[in-house]
Amino acid sequence: MAKITAGVATSHVPAIGAAIDNGKTTEPYWQPLFAGYDFAKQWIKQKKPDVVILVYNDHASAFDMNIIPTFALGCAPSFAPADEGWGPRPVPTVVGYPELAAHIAQSVIQQDFDLTIVNKMDVDHGLTVPLSLMFGQPDSWPCKVIPLAVNVVMYPAPSGKRCYALGKAIRNAVDSFDEDVNVQIWGTGGMSHQLQGPRAGLINKEFDNNFLDHIINAAEKLAEMSHFDYMNQAGSEGVELVMWLIMRGALNDTVNVKKRFYHVPASNTAVGHLVLEND
Amino acid sequence: MSLDKSYKNIPGTIIFDAEMSRLGYHLNQFCMSLMKGDNRNRFKLDERAYLDQWDMTEEQKLGVMARDYNRLIATGGNIYFLAKIFSSDGLSFQFAAASMTGMSQPDYAEMMLHGGRSPKSNMYEGEL
Repeated sequence: MAKITAGVATSHVPAIGAAIDNGKTTEPYWQPLFAGYDFAKQWIKQKKPDVVILVYNDHASAFDMNIIPTFALGCAPSFAPADEGWGPRPVPTVVGYPELAAHIAQSVIQQDFDLTIVNKMDVDHGLTVPLSLMFGQPDSWPCKVIPLAVNVVMYPAPSGKRCYALGKAIRNAVDSFDEDVNVQIWGTGGMSHQLQGPRAGLINKEFDNNFLDHIINAAEKLAEMSHFDYMNQAGSEGVELVMWLIMRGALNDTVNVKKRFYHVPASNTAVGHLVLEND
Repeated sequence: MSLDKSYKNIPGTIIFDAEMSRLGYHLNQFCMSLMKGDNRNRFKLDERAYLDQWDMTEEQKLGVMARDYNRLIATGGNIYFLAKIFSSDGLSFQFAAASMTGMSQPDYAEMMLHGGRSPKSNMYEGEL
Protein backbone atom coordinates (compact mmCIF):
# COMPACT_ATOMS: atom_id res chain seq x y z
CA MET A 1 0.00 0.00 0.00
CA ALA A 2 1.06 3.57 -0.58
CA LYS A 3 2.05 5.43 2.54
CA ILE A 4 2.80 9.03 3.45
CA THR A 5 5.98 8.72 5.51
CA ALA A 6 7.09 12.31 6.01
CA GLY A 7 6.41 15.97 5.42
CA VAL A 8 8.77 18.79 4.55
CA ALA A 9 8.03 22.49 4.82
CA THR A 10 10.15 25.14 3.16
CA SER A 11 10.02 28.65 1.76
CA HIS A 12 10.44 28.89 -2.01
CA VAL A 13 11.98 32.34 -2.52
CA PRO A 14 13.15 32.80 -6.16
CA ALA A 15 16.42 34.43 -5.06
CA ILE A 16 17.34 31.10 -3.39
CA GLY A 17 17.03 29.40 -6.77
CA ALA A 18 19.14 32.11 -8.39
CA ALA A 19 21.81 31.67 -5.67
CA ILE A 20 21.95 27.92 -6.38
CA ASP A 21 21.94 28.35 -10.17
CA ASN A 22 24.70 30.97 -10.04
CA GLY A 23 26.97 29.14 -7.59
CA LYS A 24 26.55 31.64 -4.75
CA THR A 25 25.55 29.25 -1.96
CA THR A 26 28.82 29.68 -0.04
CA GLU A 27 28.77 33.48 -0.14
CA PRO A 28 28.43 35.05 3.33
CA TYR A 29 24.89 36.29 2.60
CA TRP A 30 23.66 32.82 1.60
CA GLN A 31 25.83 30.40 3.54
CA PRO A 32 23.77 30.46 6.80
CA LEU A 33 20.60 29.77 4.86
CA PHE A 34 21.95 26.80 2.94
CA ALA A 35 23.58 25.39 6.07
CA GLY A 36 20.05 25.12 7.46
CA TYR A 37 19.25 22.57 4.74
CA ASP A 38 22.32 20.35 5.22
CA PHE A 39 20.39 18.01 7.50
CA ALA A 40 17.48 17.63 5.09
CA LYS A 41 19.78 16.89 2.16
CA GLN A 42 21.36 13.99 4.05
CA TRP A 43 18.05 12.86 5.52
CA ILE A 44 16.32 12.59 2.15
CA LYS A 45 19.12 10.39 0.80
CA GLN A 46 18.28 7.90 3.56
CA LYS A 47 14.51 8.27 3.29
CA LYS A 48 14.28 8.65 -0.45
CA PRO A 49 10.63 9.04 -1.49
CA ASP A 50 9.22 7.48 -4.64
CA VAL A 51 7.03 10.51 -5.10
CA VAL A 52 6.56 13.93 -3.53
CA ILE A 53 3.18 15.63 -3.50
CA LEU A 54 4.46 19.18 -3.75
CA VAL A 55 2.11 21.91 -2.55
CA TYR A 56 3.11 25.29 -3.96
CA ASN A 57 1.77 28.31 -5.73
CA ASP A 58 2.25 29.52 -9.25
CA HIS A 59 3.48 33.11 -9.61
CA ALA A 60 1.90 34.30 -12.86
CA SER A 61 3.77 31.64 -14.84
CA ALA A 62 1.40 28.78 -15.72
CA PHE A 63 -1.73 30.69 -14.73
CA ASP A 64 -2.44 34.25 -15.79
CA MET A 65 -5.59 36.23 -15.00
CA ASN A 66 -7.72 34.17 -17.41
CA ILE A 67 -8.04 31.15 -15.13
CA ILE A 68 -7.46 31.17 -11.37
CA PRO A 69 -7.99 27.69 -9.93
CA THR A 70 -8.05 27.42 -6.13
CA PHE A 71 -6.59 23.89 -6.05
CA ALA A 72 -5.00 22.55 -9.25
CA LEU A 73 -3.57 19.01 -9.29
CA GLY A 74 -0.89 18.25 -11.87
CA CYS A 75 -1.76 14.92 -13.49
CA ALA A 76 0.68 15.06 -16.43
CA PRO A 77 3.60 12.66 -17.08
CA SER A 78 6.03 15.61 -16.97
CA PHE A 79 6.22 19.31 -16.17
CA ALA A 80 8.75 21.64 -17.78
CA PRO A 81 10.46 24.38 -15.75
CA ALA A 82 8.68 27.64 -16.62
CA ASP A 83 10.30 30.57 -18.37
CA GLU A 84 9.58 33.29 -15.83
CA GLY A 85 10.88 36.04 -18.09
CA TRP A 86 14.62 35.42 -17.90
CA GLY A 87 14.67 31.88 -19.34
CA PRO A 88 13.76 28.65 -17.52
CA ARG A 89 15.85 27.70 -14.47
CA PRO A 90 18.61 25.25 -15.49
CA VAL A 91 16.97 22.36 -13.64
CA PRO A 92 15.72 18.96 -14.82
CA THR A 93 12.22 18.42 -16.17
CA VAL A 94 9.91 17.33 -13.37
CA VAL A 95 8.57 13.81 -13.84
CA GLY A 96 4.98 13.30 -12.72
CA TYR A 97 3.07 10.25 -11.54
CA PRO A 98 -0.16 10.27 -13.57
CA GLU A 99 -1.51 7.02 -12.09
CA LEU A 100 -1.30 8.20 -8.49
CA ALA A 101 -2.38 11.73 -9.43
CA ALA A 102 -5.52 10.40 -11.15
CA HIS A 103 -6.24 8.25 -8.12
CA ILE A 104 -5.86 11.24 -5.78
CA ALA A 105 -8.05 13.39 -8.03
CA GLN A 106 -10.89 10.90 -8.03
CA SER A 107 -10.67 10.18 -4.32
CA VAL A 108 -10.35 13.81 -3.21
CA ILE A 109 -13.17 15.08 -5.43
CA GLN A 110 -15.38 12.35 -4.01
CA GLN A 111 -14.45 13.66 -0.57
CA ASP A 112 -16.05 16.98 -1.61
CA PHE A 113 -12.94 18.90 -2.71
CA ASP A 114 -13.57 20.39 -6.14
CA LEU A 115 -10.06 20.10 -7.56
CA THR A 116 -9.04 21.38 -10.97
CA ILE A 117 -7.23 18.74 -13.02
CA VAL A 118 -4.25 20.05 -14.99
CA ASN A 119 -2.82 17.88 -17.76
CA LYS A 120 -0.39 20.44 -19.13
CA MET A 121 1.49 22.90 -16.97
CA ASP A 122 4.92 24.46 -16.63
CA VAL A 123 6.21 24.75 -13.07
CA ASP A 124 7.93 27.84 -11.74
CA HIS A 125 10.29 28.60 -8.85
CA GLY A 126 7.53 27.86 -6.35
CA LEU A 127 7.98 24.18 -7.18
CA THR A 128 11.57 23.95 -8.38
CA VAL A 129 13.29 25.91 -5.58
CA PRO A 130 12.15 23.39 -2.91
CA LEU A 131 13.43 20.54 -5.14
CA SER A 132 16.79 22.29 -5.47
CA LEU A 133 17.02 22.92 -1.73
CA MET A 134 16.36 19.25 -0.94
CA PHE A 135 18.18 17.52 -3.82
CA GLY A 136 20.86 19.99 -4.94
CA GLN A 137 21.73 20.02 -8.63
CA PRO A 138 21.27 16.48 -9.99
CA ASP A 139 21.02 15.62 -13.71
CA SER A 140 17.53 14.32 -13.07
CA TRP A 141 15.28 14.62 -10.01
CA PRO A 142 15.55 11.45 -7.90
CA CYS A 143 11.79 11.00 -7.48
CA LYS A 144 8.49 11.69 -9.14
CA VAL A 145 6.50 14.79 -8.25
CA ILE A 146 2.77 15.50 -8.18
CA PRO A 147 2.32 19.29 -8.21
CA LEU A 148 -0.58 20.75 -6.25
CA ALA A 149 -0.88 24.43 -7.13
CA VAL A 150 -2.87 26.56 -4.68
CA ASN A 151 -4.19 30.04 -5.43
CA VAL A 152 -2.64 32.41 -2.92
CA VAL A 153 -2.13 35.24 -5.43
CA MET A 154 -5.70 36.55 -5.63
CA TYR A 155 -7.59 37.02 -2.39
CA PRO A 156 -9.23 34.99 -1.07
CA ALA A 157 -6.89 32.03 -0.90
CA PRO A 158 -8.52 28.90 0.53
CA SER A 159 -8.82 29.09 4.31
CA GLY A 160 -6.34 27.39 6.60
CA LYS A 161 -9.14 25.12 7.76
CA ARG A 162 -9.94 24.09 4.20
CA CYS A 163 -6.27 23.44 3.46
CA TYR A 164 -5.87 21.32 6.58
CA ALA A 165 -8.96 19.29 5.62
CA LEU A 166 -7.64 18.86 2.07
CA GLY A 167 -4.46 17.42 3.55
CA LYS A 168 -6.56 14.84 5.38
CA ALA A 169 -8.43 13.99 2.18
CA ILE A 170 -5.13 13.52 0.34
CA ARG A 171 -4.00 11.24 3.16
CA ASN A 172 -7.13 9.09 2.67
CA ALA A 173 -6.50 9.02 -1.06
CA VAL A 174 -2.89 7.89 -0.73
CA ASP A 175 -3.82 5.28 1.88
CA SER A 176 -6.20 3.70 -0.64
CA PHE A 177 -3.69 3.49 -3.50
CA ASP A 178 -2.93 -0.18 -4.02
CA GLU A 179 0.80 -0.09 -4.75
CA ASP A 180 3.84 0.05 -2.48
CA VAL A 181 4.85 3.65 -2.81
CA ASN A 182 6.81 5.80 -0.36
CA VAL A 183 5.09 9.20 -0.50
CA GLN A 184 6.22 12.48 1.00
CA ILE A 185 4.20 15.67 1.05
CA TRP A 186 5.85 19.07 1.02
CA GLY A 187 4.26 22.38 1.93
CA THR A 188 6.03 25.44 0.56
CA GLY A 189 5.92 29.24 0.67
CA GLY A 190 6.17 31.79 3.45
CA MET A 191 7.18 32.64 5.99
CA SER A 192 6.39 36.26 6.83
CA HIS A 193 6.92 38.59 3.90
CA GLN A 194 5.35 41.49 2.07
CA LEU A 195 6.53 42.30 -1.44
CA GLN A 196 4.36 45.31 -2.20
CA GLY A 197 3.37 48.75 -1.03
CA PRO A 198 4.84 51.06 1.61
CA ARG A 199 4.90 48.19 4.16
CA ALA A 200 7.13 45.97 1.95
CA GLY A 201 9.88 44.23 3.88
CA LEU A 202 7.69 43.34 6.86
CA ILE A 203 9.11 40.42 8.83
CA ASN A 204 7.43 39.09 11.98
CA LYS A 205 9.73 36.65 13.79
CA GLU A 206 7.37 36.19 16.69
CA PHE A 207 4.51 35.25 14.37
CA ASP A 208 6.73 32.88 12.39
CA ASN A 209 8.07 31.06 15.42
CA ASN A 210 4.58 30.70 16.88
CA PHE A 211 3.47 29.31 13.54
CA LEU A 212 6.31 26.76 13.59
CA ASP A 213 5.38 25.74 17.15
CA HIS A 214 1.73 25.32 16.31
CA ILE A 215 2.03 23.55 13.00
CA ILE A 216 4.01 20.87 14.78
CA ASN A 217 1.87 20.47 17.90
CA ALA A 218 -1.42 22.30 17.49
CA ALA A 219 -2.20 22.30 13.78
CA GLU A 220 -5.94 21.93 14.21
CA LYS A 221 -6.06 25.15 16.24
CA LEU A 222 -3.66 26.87 13.85
CA ALA A 223 -5.98 25.96 10.98
CA GLU A 224 -8.61 28.29 12.50
CA MET A 225 -6.44 31.38 11.97
CA SER A 226 -8.12 33.94 9.68
CA HIS A 227 -6.68 35.30 6.47
CA PHE A 228 -6.76 38.73 8.11
CA ASP A 229 -4.38 37.59 10.83
CA TYR A 230 -1.92 36.14 8.30
CA MET A 231 -1.97 39.26 6.15
CA ASN A 232 -1.94 41.75 9.01
CA GLN A 233 0.74 40.04 11.06
CA ALA A 234 2.84 38.16 8.48
CA GLY A 235 2.50 40.45 5.46
CA SER A 236 0.25 40.35 2.42
CA GLU A 237 2.27 37.47 0.94
CA GLY A 238 2.58 35.69 4.31
CA VAL A 239 -0.84 34.20 3.61
CA GLU A 240 1.06 31.59 1.53
CA LEU A 241 1.58 29.77 4.81
CA VAL A 242 -1.88 28.21 4.49
CA MET A 243 -0.21 25.80 2.07
CA TRP A 244 1.82 24.30 4.92
CA LEU A 245 -1.46 23.18 6.47
CA ILE A 246 -2.18 20.89 3.50
CA MET A 247 1.12 19.14 4.21
CA ARG A 248 0.39 18.98 7.93
CA GLY A 249 -3.15 17.66 7.45
CA ALA A 250 -1.77 14.70 5.49
CA LEU A 251 0.52 13.65 8.35
CA ASN A 252 -0.29 11.90 11.62
CA ASP A 253 -1.70 13.97 14.46
CA THR A 254 1.60 13.43 16.27
CA VAL A 255 4.83 13.74 14.30
CA ASN A 256 8.56 13.46 14.99
CA VAL A 257 10.39 16.73 14.35
CA LYS A 258 13.66 15.85 12.64
CA LYS A 259 14.62 19.41 11.72
CA ARG A 260 13.42 22.93 12.45
CA PHE A 261 15.15 25.94 10.93
CA TYR A 262 14.41 29.66 10.68
CA HIS A 263 16.43 32.37 8.98
CA VAL A 264 16.03 36.05 8.02
CA PRO A 265 16.44 37.24 5.31
CA ALA A 266 16.35 35.68 1.87
CA SER A 267 15.90 38.80 -0.24
CA ASN A 268 12.54 40.13 1.07
CA THR A 269 11.46 37.07 3.01
CA ALA A 270 11.78 35.07 6.23
CA VAL A 271 12.73 31.46 5.55
CA GLY A 272 11.25 28.57 7.53
CA HIS A 273 11.94 24.87 7.15
CA LEU A 274 10.70 21.70 8.86
CA VAL A 275 11.28 17.98 8.41
CA LEU A 276 8.48 15.97 10.03
CA GLU A 277 8.22 12.17 10.10
CA ASN A 278 5.19 10.01 10.67
CA ASP A 279 5.91 7.26 13.20
CA MET B 1 -24.78 41.22 4.42
CA SER B 2 -21.84 42.84 2.67
CA LEU B 3 -18.47 41.18 2.22
CA ASP B 4 -15.94 41.41 5.06
CA LYS B 5 -13.09 43.56 3.74
CA SER B 6 -11.45 44.25 7.07
CA TYR B 7 -8.08 43.79 5.37
CA LYS B 8 -8.51 47.31 3.99
CA ASN B 9 -7.43 48.47 7.47
CA ILE B 10 -3.95 46.95 7.17
CA PRO B 11 -1.48 49.85 6.95
CA GLY B 12 0.59 50.36 3.80
CA THR B 13 -1.09 47.44 2.06
CA ILE B 14 -3.56 46.89 -0.76
CA ILE B 15 -4.85 43.34 -0.89
CA PHE B 16 -5.27 42.00 -4.42
CA ASP B 17 -8.81 40.75 -4.03
CA ALA B 18 -11.41 39.71 -6.59
CA GLU B 19 -12.46 43.35 -7.05
CA MET B 20 -8.89 44.54 -7.71
CA SER B 21 -8.42 41.54 -10.00
CA ARG B 22 -11.38 42.74 -12.05
CA LEU B 23 -10.04 46.31 -12.25
CA GLY B 24 -6.55 45.14 -13.14
CA TYR B 25 -7.35 42.40 -15.63
CA HIS B 26 -5.98 44.14 -18.74
CA LEU B 27 -3.03 45.65 -16.86
CA ASN B 28 -2.00 42.24 -15.54
CA GLN B 29 -2.49 40.56 -18.89
CA PHE B 30 -0.30 43.27 -20.47
CA CYS B 31 2.35 42.35 -17.88
CA MET B 32 2.06 38.67 -18.81
CA SER B 33 2.71 39.55 -22.45
CA LEU B 34 6.21 40.68 -21.44
CA MET B 35 7.12 37.05 -20.78
CA LYS B 36 7.81 36.81 -24.53
CA GLY B 37 10.99 38.33 -25.91
CA ASP B 38 9.33 39.71 -29.04
CA ASN B 39 6.79 41.58 -26.96
CA ARG B 40 9.48 42.92 -24.63
CA ASN B 41 11.32 44.32 -27.64
CA ARG B 42 8.20 45.96 -29.04
CA PHE B 43 7.41 47.43 -25.62
CA LYS B 44 10.90 48.83 -25.20
CA LEU B 45 10.91 50.30 -28.69
CA ASP B 46 7.79 52.39 -28.07
CA GLU B 47 6.16 51.92 -24.69
CA ARG B 48 3.21 54.17 -25.39
CA ALA B 49 2.37 52.48 -28.70
CA TYR B 50 2.59 49.05 -27.11
CA LEU B 51 0.42 50.05 -24.17
CA ASP B 52 -2.19 51.57 -26.49
CA GLN B 53 -2.86 48.08 -27.83
CA TRP B 54 -4.24 47.10 -24.43
CA ASP B 55 -7.61 48.01 -22.97
CA MET B 56 -6.02 49.69 -19.96
CA THR B 57 -6.98 52.96 -18.27
CA GLU B 58 -4.87 56.04 -18.91
CA GLU B 59 -3.92 55.98 -15.21
CA GLN B 60 -2.58 52.43 -15.61
CA LYS B 61 -0.64 53.31 -18.77
CA LEU B 62 0.95 56.34 -17.11
CA GLY B 63 1.74 54.21 -14.05
CA VAL B 64 3.57 51.69 -16.23
CA MET B 65 5.58 54.37 -18.02
CA ALA B 66 6.51 55.98 -14.68
CA ARG B 67 7.31 52.54 -13.16
CA ASP B 68 5.18 53.71 -10.24
CA TYR B 69 4.35 50.36 -8.68
CA ASN B 70 2.25 51.76 -5.84
CA ARG B 71 0.06 53.51 -8.39
CA LEU B 72 -0.22 50.30 -10.41
CA ILE B 73 -1.18 48.26 -7.36
CA ALA B 74 -3.83 50.88 -6.50
CA THR B 75 -5.32 50.42 -9.97
CA GLY B 76 -5.51 46.62 -9.86
CA GLY B 77 -1.96 45.46 -10.58
CA ASN B 78 -0.68 42.37 -8.80
CA ILE B 79 2.93 42.29 -7.72
CA TYR B 80 3.71 38.92 -9.34
CA PHE B 81 2.41 40.27 -12.65
CA LEU B 82 4.07 43.67 -12.24
CA ALA B 83 7.29 41.72 -11.71
CA LYS B 84 7.31 41.10 -15.48
CA ILE B 85 7.82 44.85 -15.98
CA PHE B 86 10.79 45.27 -13.66
CA SER B 87 12.27 41.95 -14.83
CA SER B 88 12.10 43.32 -18.38
CA ASP B 89 13.99 46.34 -17.06
CA GLY B 90 16.62 43.97 -15.63
CA LEU B 91 15.73 45.01 -12.07
CA SER B 92 15.27 42.79 -9.04
CA PHE B 93 12.32 42.18 -6.77
CA GLN B 94 14.25 43.87 -4.01
CA PHE B 95 14.71 46.99 -6.15
CA ALA B 96 10.99 47.15 -6.87
CA ALA B 97 10.02 46.49 -3.25
CA ALA B 98 12.39 49.22 -2.08
CA SER B 99 10.94 51.66 -4.64
CA MET B 100 7.47 51.16 -3.16
CA THR B 101 8.64 51.99 0.35
CA GLY B 102 10.37 55.22 -0.63
CA MET B 103 13.72 53.78 0.50
CA SER B 104 16.84 53.39 -1.60
CA GLN B 105 17.69 49.80 -2.44
CA PRO B 106 20.84 49.81 -0.25
CA ASP B 107 18.88 51.16 2.72
CA TYR B 108 16.12 48.63 2.14
CA ALA B 109 18.62 45.75 1.82
CA GLU B 110 20.26 46.90 5.05
CA MET B 111 16.87 46.88 6.80
CA MET B 112 16.28 43.30 5.60
CA LEU B 113 19.72 42.21 6.82
CA HIS B 114 18.77 43.54 10.24
CA GLY B 115 15.60 41.50 10.45
CA GLY B 116 13.26 43.39 8.14
CA ARG B 117 10.56 45.94 8.83
CA SER B 118 9.32 45.55 12.38
CA PRO B 119 5.66 44.62 12.80
CA LYS B 120 5.46 47.10 15.69
CA SER B 121 3.18 49.99 14.67
CA ASN B 122 2.94 48.42 11.20
CA MET B 123 -0.11 46.26 11.96
CA TYR B 124 -3.75 47.16 12.36
CA GLU B 125 -4.53 46.82 16.02
CA GLY B 126 -7.97 48.38 16.19
CA GLU B 127 -11.39 46.80 16.42
CA LEU B 128 -12.71 44.76 13.52
